Amino acid sequence: MTEPTPLTEPTSPLEVSPELAEQTAKVSLFGRLLRTPIGLTAILVLVLIALSALFAPLLAPTDPNFASIGDVLGPAAPGHPLGFDSAGRDVLSRLLYAGRFSILGALLALVIALVIGVVAGLVAGYYGGWFDSVSSWLAGLVMALPGIIVLLAARAVLGPSLWLAMAIFGVLMSPAFFRLVYASVTAVRHELFVDAARVAGLSDLRILARHILGVVRAPVIIQSAMILGIAIAIQTGLDFLGLGDLGIPTWGNLLQDGFANLYSNPLLVVWPSLVVAVVCVALTLLAQTMRDLLERSTQPTRRRKKGKKAKVDPHKVDVIVHSDDARSLERMGEVLLEIDDLSIGYDQPGGGIKDVVHDVSLTVRRGEVHGLIGESGSGKTQTAWSVLRLLPDGGHITNGSIVFEGRNIAEALEKEMTELRGTKIAYIPQEPMSNLDPAFTIGSQLVEPMMVTLKISKDQARKRALELLAKVGIPNPQRTFASYPHQVSGGMAQRVLIAGAVSCSPDLLIADEPTTALDVTVQAEVLELLRSLQDEFHMGVILVTHNFGVVADICDRVTVMRNGRVVETGPVRAIFYGAQHPYTKSLLADILEEDEPRGPLTASVSARAAEADELADAEQAVNPTSTIGSAS
Amino acid sequence: MLIFILRRVLSGLVLLFVISSVAFLLLYLGGGDIARRILGQQATQEDVAAKAAELGLNRPLLTQYLDWLTHALTGDLGASWFTGEQVSAGIASRFAVTLSLVLGATVITALVAVVLGVWAAVRRGWVDRLVQVISVLGFAIPGFLIAVGLVLLFAIKLGLFDPTGYVNFTESPAGWLRTVTLPVIALSIGGIAGVAGQVRGAVVDALRQDYVRTLRSRGLPFNRVVFRHVLRNAGGPALAVLAVQFVGLFGGAVIVEQVFAIPGLGQVAITSTSQGDIPLVMGLVVATAIMVVVVNLIIDLAQGWLNPKVRLS
Repeated sequence: MTEPTPLTEPTSPLEVSPELAEQTAKVSLFGRLLRTPIGLTAILVLVLIALSALFAPLLAPTDPNFASIGDVLGPAAPGHPLGFDSAGRDVLSRLLYAGRFSILGALLALVIALVIGVVAGLVAGYYGGWFDSVSSWLAGLVMALPGIIVLLAARAVLGPSLWLAMAIFGVLMSPAFFRLVYASVTAVRHELFVDAARVAGLSDLRILARHILGVVRAPVIIQSAMILGIAIAIQTGLDFLGLGDLGIPTWGNLLQDGFANLYSNPLLVVWPSLVVAVVCVALTLLAQTMRDLLERSTQPTRRRKKGKKAKVDPHKVDVIVHSDDARSLERMGEVLLEIDDLSIGYDQPGGGIKDVVHDVSLTVRRGEVHGLIGESGSGKTQTAWSVLRLLPDGGHITNGSIVFEGRNIAEALEKEMTELRGTKIAYIPQEPMSNLDPAFTIGSQLVEPMMVTLKISKDQARKRALELLAKVGIPNPQRTFASYPHQVSGGMAQRVLIAGAVSCSPDLLIADEPTTALDVTVQAEVLELLRSLQDEFHMGVILVTHNFGVVADICDRVTVMRNGRVVETGPVRAIFYGAQHPYTKSLLADILEEDEPRGPLTASVSARAAEADELADAEQAVNPTSTIGSAS
Repeated sequence: MLIFILRRVLSGLVLLFVISSVAFLLLYLGGGDIARRILGQQATQEDVAAKAAELGLNRPLLTQYLDWLTHALTGDLGASWFTGEQVSAGIASRFAVTLSLVLGATVITALVAVVLGVWAAVRRGWVDRLVQVISVLGFAIPGFLIAVGLVLLFAIKLGLFDPTGYVNFTESPAGWLRTVTLPVIALSIGGIAGVAGQVRGAVVDALRQDYVRTLRSRGLPFNRVVFRHVLRNAGGPALAVLAVQFVGLFGGAVIVEQVFAIPGLGQVAITSTSQGDIPLVMGLVVATAIMVVVVNLIIDLAQGWLNPKVRLS
C-alpha cells in the first residue's frame, strides 16, 4: 500500500508509480475482492458455472442431443430434473453442455477484442503518428455502428457460426480496450518515470510491457468482465433470434426453443434465462466491485493525509493574542462576526467524523480587513467556507459558534443562509476561471443573483451589473457583459467575481486568496481594488492568504493558522514587529530572506500599489515583493 | 457555428460513404456464388448463370458497385431478390415502426434517467444506492430477457397487454398503445440503466465545480443552481450517453421486436440475413448508418447549444 507522504497535492493512483499500480492490480485487488461479499459471491457463482460446464460429461444425465420422441416437452422426471425440450432432449444436459459453447464463444470474443484493442492502443498511444489517427478514426467508426446489425449482415454472407459471430463481435468490441489503453498510454507517455526508463536505455518494448501495461492492467481487467457479459448477452440474443448454429446447444438456442413453446411449457424459457441473467449480473457486479475497490484505494491517501495533519499537534495549544492598538481600532466599527471555538470535521469512509479545524476563534469588525494566513492545508479556507456554510460534501461544523450580526449562523437553516448569502455575506474565490459557469455569459451570472436576492427587474439588474463592471476597472463593460468566461483573461474574470461579490452590497466579504492565481502585475491592482471597495462599502473583510506580503499590504489584523489551529492573532503591526510564535516568525523570516535580491522589481510594483495604501512605510519594505515571491 | 455544422455534416457523409462501401465489398465478395445460393443446390449450371446475369452479378465488382452507388444516390436501393419489393420502400415503412419504439423508449429513458440521476447525485444516501442497483441490474440483464419476462408476467399471467402483434397508430391509437407499451418498457429499462448512472456521475461532477459554491455564495437557492447551472453543465456528457444509448436501442429493438412479433426493421433484418437477400441487407446497413450519422449530428448541435466553447470556437 502507499504510505501517506507529506505532499501538498494529492496524487492520483495512476500517477504514483507503475510498480505500485501493478501491485494493487495483482495482489491486493484480487485479495480484497474476495473479502467483499459481493465480489466473493460473484466469483463463486462464475467458478461454479464454469466448472459445471467443464465437467458437463460427468454431470449431465444424458447426451445433450439424445432425443426421445416420447418425452417431447415432457415435465421433470426421475433423472431428468428439468424436464424435456421440444425435441424430447433432456434440458439439464443441454444446459450443462450449452455452458461450454456459450462460455468459450464469449472468451473467444474477449481474446480477440483484447489482442486488437490493447496492441493497437499501445502502439497508437505510444508512437502516435499516422497509426494513431487512422486507428482512432476506425475505432470511432466501429463504435458508431449497432453491433447486432453488423453481426446480422455478417451472418448473411458467412452463414450461422457461433465462432465466426463471436470473432466478429470481438473485433467490434476492440475499440473499448483501444480507447482505454490509448487514454492511459497518452497520459503516462510523458511522465517522468517513462522518460527516465527511456534515458536508462530500456527498449520501447520493455517500457511498454513493464511501465505502461502495469498502469492499464486493472482497468483492462474490469473492462474484460464487462465485455464477457456483453458477449454472452449478444450471443444469446443472436441464437434466440434463431440465427445461430442450431447444431450445438447454447443458452440462446435453449431460450429460443423455450420461447417457441412459451404456452405449452413456460419453464423452458425460465432455466436458460436464469443462467444467462445470473452470469451477466455476476460479471457486471464483479466489474463494479473491482472498480469501487480501485477507486477507494485512491481516496484514503487523500483522507489520511488530512487526518495526519490534524494529529500533528493534538493538544489544545494556547493562542498568542496581541491586543489591539489605537491604530488598528481607529478604522474599525462594531463587531460583525465572532467565531468561537469552531471545529470542522469531515465524514470518513468507514463512518465517523475526523476534525480538520480545531477550536478556531476570531473576530471581524465592520471596516476591518482581517488576514487569515497559513500554509495550504492549515484550515484557513475551511474556516472561510464554514462562515458561508458552504463546506464541501461531507463537511460539518462539529463544534463552536459563528455569530454574525448577533445570530449564530452555525445552526441556521439552509433557507436562512440563502437569505444571508450575497446580501450580507459575500465571497470572492481563489481561482477565477473555474468559478464562473462556462455555459452562461458573464452578464447573466451577475444579473441572475441580483434579480433573485434584491428582487429587482432584469433591466435594473443589467444596469447595475454594467456599473459594477465599470467600477471594478473593466475597460469595456458592455463587451465583457456579453462574453463567455472562456473569452476573458484571468485578471478580468477575477474582477468580474469581485463585482459579483459586492453586487448586493454585503456587510462581510470573504476573499479566499483572491490574488494567488493572477499575474504579478494584476495582483497589486486587484488588492488595490479590494481595498477601495472595502472603504467605499465599509465592509468587514476576511482575507484568506498564504502571503504575508498581502497581509502587510491591506490587512488591519491578522490570524495565523497552522494544522487547523490558530497559533497567533493580533493587529498587523504587532505581529510584524513582535511575532512570538516560532511558526509566525518562520513565515516572516521566509519573506525577508526572499526579499533582498529583488530590489528593482519591488520599486515598480510598490509604486503601483502605493497610492491607496494607508499602511505605514515600514510594511512597504516587506510588501509587494513577497507577492512576487509567492507567484514565482 | 456554420463551419462547425458543415464540418460535422461532411464528416457524416464520409462516414456514410465508407460504411456503405465496406459493407458492399464484404457482402458481395464474401457471399460466394450468390446466384447458386438463391436457386439452391438442385439448379442447373445454366439456370445459375442466367440468374447471375439477371441480377448483374456477372459484371466486374467495381461496375456493380458504381451502379449501386449511383442508384443509391438517387434514393433507389434496388429490389429484394426474393420478393421483388423495392428496398427503399420496404425499409422506410418498417423503419417508421422501429423508430416509434426507439423514440418512445428514448424519451422515457431520458426523462426517468435524468430524474433518477439528479435525485441520486443531490440526495445521495439510499436513493444513490437504489440508482446504482438499477444501473447494474439493468445493464447486466439482456434486454430480450427483460422482454421475455414482461411477456410472461403482463401478457400471459395477467393478460393486461397483447403479448404479440402490432397495431398501427393511425388505425387505432388504443390498440397501438396496447401493443407498443411492453416493447417500449423492455427497451427503456436497459436504456435507463445505462443513462441514469452516467447522469448521476455528470451531476456529481458538476456539483463539485467551484462555480456552484460561488453562485450559491451570491444568494442563489441550491435548487435553482442545480436546475439552471448544474443540469446545463451536466447536459453535455448526459447527451453523449443518450446518443450512444439511442443507437444501442436500435440494436436492442431488432431482438425485442422479434419477441413481440412487431413488423419493424428487426424482422427485415432477420429474414433478409437468413435468406442472404443482399440488396435488402445493404439497405439495412445504409439506413442504420444514416440514422447514426443523423443522431450524431443532432447531438453535436445540441452540444454546441449547451457549450458555448464548442459553439464559438
